[in-house]
Amino acid sequence: MPTAEYTLEEILNLAAIHFKVPRAKLTPDDDFFKTLKIDSLQALDLLTKLEHHFHVELPDYELQGVSDFRTLANRIQARL
Amino acid sequence: MKNFNGQSISWDVKDGVIELVLHREPCNEIGTVTLEELEKFVDALPVLQEQAHSLILHSTMKSGFCAGADLSELYHGAQKLQAQEAAKGVRDFLQRIHRVLNTIDAAPLTTIAALHGVTFGGGFELALVCDLLIADKMTRFCFPELRLGLIPGFGGIPRLKRDLGNGVVRDLLLTGRSFNATKAQQIGLVSQLVGEGEALRVARGTAAQLGKFDRQTATAAKKFIKPIPYDELKQEIDIFCDLFGKPAVQTGLKKFVESTEALSYLP
Repeated sequence: MPTAEYTLEEILNLAAIHFKVPRAKLTPDDDFFKTLKIDSLQALDLLTKLEHHFHVELPDYELQGVSDFRTLANRIQARL
Repeated sequence: MKNFNGQSISWDVKDGVIELVLHREPCNEIGTVTLEELEKFVDALPVLQEQAHSLILHSTMKSGFCAGADLSELYHGAQKLQAQEAAKGVRDFLQRIHRVLNTIDAAPLTTIAALHGVTFGGGFELALVCDLLIADKMTRFCFPELRLGLIPGFGGIPRLKRDLGNGVVRDLLLTGRSFNATKAQQIGLVSQLVGEGEALRVARGTAAQLGKFDRQTATAAKKFIKPIPYDELKQEIDIFCDLFGKPAVQTGLKKFVESTEALSYLP
């Protein structure tokens, strides 16, 4: 099973690729809505990409209160 | 009308396939204009289907197939009316959309929903009237109505029950969560899962295959295996209208419509 740090790094890489943002501009504690300048529909796209990548199912209500990459990674890690 | 270019939808017939295109910004929210144009479509369908064996529904909006009912129009419309008038308006809208969806559901054509992105609420219900769902891997499905104090009102519950086990229907309805196309295929909702952006191409290929078969036989088979749950559909309208008058619904609608949060589509 991948480590939490690996999962976090994978999420940051995926987000950078999907939203065409330089990876160096993303840090674990960033508010991804503000940093990526995305809305909830785009956040759902990211969720879909992450579910496919990690082969997990993440109910979107688990994203309540989640706005940074580190917490998102913890949610996904819990499902691995 | 062999072809039509409206504000919200367009259609055309080519090589035995009717293509109904949804193109209302931002994500094909279903309000009065879309309903009126869908009514034009079903009125034209008896003539269109003489030249066709298949119908493909798809969207040209980047964010997805359809995000559901136009909640902003619903909320602001209801605010202008007395409660009784608003309730009557909602019932009238539901009866009209049900007539449209029931007609497409029963059409003597094989119907295909080519899906991508957000397929929520009324959009999910529009997809469910189709015989085949072909979804690209970025499609997400959801019945978020419970978040607003409502249930799906465009026929979603009876049609989902027609296709899936009751446990799955309960999960989707009661949690209001969205799920991806891979899950949708696993539970038997989506017949083909395709690469991102490929749903329409695959739908056209499938429609070409369907054109090889005898129409009357295909229509008889469809009628046999896909009954339309008319009684439950009427019951759904009654339950929806009963719920609509409750204060929780107006609060939920107001919150959604006036929200500036990034998370408005998340539960």
